[in-house]
Amino acid sequence: MREEIAIQINGITLTVLAGCTVASAIGISDLACRTSVGGQLRGPLCAMGICFECRAMVNGQPHTRTCQLLCEPDMDIHTT
Amino acid sequence: MTRHFDTLVVGSGPAGISAAICAAEDGAEVGLVDDNPSAGGQIWRESLGKHKPLSNVAKWHQRLLAAQVVSLQGWPVFDHPSARTLRAERGGKVIDLQFENLILATGARELFLPFPGWTLPNVMGAGALQAMVKGGLPVTGKRVVIAGSGPLLLAVAAYLKSAGAEVICICEQASFAQLMPFALALLSTPAKIEEGLHYRGSTWKIPFHTSAWPVEANGDQQLRDVTLSIRGKRKTINCDYLACGFHLVPNTEVAALIGCDRQSGAITVNEWQQTSISNVYCAGEPTGIGGLELSLIEGQIAGLVASGQKEKARSLFGQREKWRRFASRLSKAFALRTELRSLPDDTTLLCRCEDVSYGIVRQHRSWRDAKLHTRCGMGPCQGRICGSAAEFLLGWNDGLVRPPVFPALISSLVSSQAHAQSEMQNTQEV
Repeated sequence: MREEIAIQINGITLTVLAGCTVASAIGISDLACRTSVGGQLRGPLCAMGICFECRAMVNGQPHTRTCQLLCEPDMDIHTT
Repeated sequence: MTRHFDTLVVGSGPAGISAAICAAEDGAEVGLVDDNPSAGGQIWRESLGKHKPLSNVAKWHQRLLAAQVVSLQGWPVFDHPSARTLRAERGGKVIDLQFENLILATGARELFLPFPGWTLPNVMGAGALQAMVKGGLPVTGKRVVIAGSGPLLLAVAAYLKSAGAEVICICEQASFAQLMPFALALLSTPAKIEEGLHYRGSTWKIPFHTSAWPVEANGDQQLRDVTLSIRGKRKTINCDYLACGFHLVPNTEVAALIGCDRQSGAITVNEWQQTSISNVYCAGEPTGIGGLELSLIEGQIAGLVASGQKEKARSLFGQREKWRRFASRLSKAFALRTELRSLPDDTTLLCRCEDVSYGIVRQHRSWRDAKLHTRCGMGPCQGRICGSAAEFLLGWNDGLVRPPVFPALISSLVSSQAHAQSEMQNTQEV
């Protein structure tokens, strides 16, 4: 049984299993990741770190590629 | 922070892993650097270490663990500061990786083609949705349409079905007539018959349409439905996810940065997997899309040659030839039809980073001209998505790459010496 990890997405606590990517956690919350320069909501396209559509703010660091990042306890994630 | 290796391998997918093993088993000091959080590349994502004992993956994983390879996961390579050095970054820390020999095994990405609605959340690549599910996204009971081109579509359908998704249909753009010679040729490749039957067996009840592709995705904040063209007839289907990728394109940015010659979008190599630069080798998808088996063989050849074992490498030439023939049949079978060039209308965004529409981009004469005037391809993906699309849609490719090939923090760009020592110690194992 994999360890459970509690993270915060836009201030709401979400519990995921260890090994869950931040992009998948945002997907579980049914949220988009970012707003484009033209104002459109966007979610992951490639899920392998190339397209940069899955960017979000993670622990205060903006423009983090969430598909390449695993959830860690108490991670603070903000989508737009 | 600086590390020196006899052989440095970029990319820890099957080609990179087999190259690193073959180079290290002869005693050389080998580094394996990769952008992803864990090794395995896309095809072995989440399966290294969790595979069935005695499987092929298990054998490679055990050899990797036994070989004294220094693994650096989560470090994107972004610069090439001098002839025998690559620079990588992680969390604001920078490392200079010096090498005598370099093996590039940077893999491939899905080709994404723009169509109205392709920017909606929950429209993503086929391999992308699989990666998201492997990364923890549940799809139980979710309605999924799989579209695009290539054998990956069947593999993704089988995987998503086993994860509990309701796969509504698979839309392959190639025609039945185009696919048939490939299907018949599989008879000369027993390993692939078994794999094909496995996938077809587990996807038997899923409708598989040929000459079919998405023409429009609809929804407000996220995907609601997709309109498909199936042998000329339009059909709209409600779905939660559209998983759409038009086969694969090689990742050649690092090779281009170093100055390796390219032809038709792939890195040129000789029989020893050697590029136009004598101490730089290339293996797997960057030399042309060929699949898992060819990647493993090319990786072994590159690793053996880099460590001076040419005769052992030569013994693999026959197998490489066999899988190259397979790759050539594959590319004929899944060649993209010209009708796909009319998928985007003038208001469809081509560049998703800078929100530049296809109508604006196509008024320009060249990729370079479009970039200078519209900022198309100038965002964080640096044209990896829209550049590949523009190459198919408009025939543009100037092949120019400038450092940083990957967005890096300004602090990383100005400082080549950062305190990466502690990070290094944490990444010595895979």
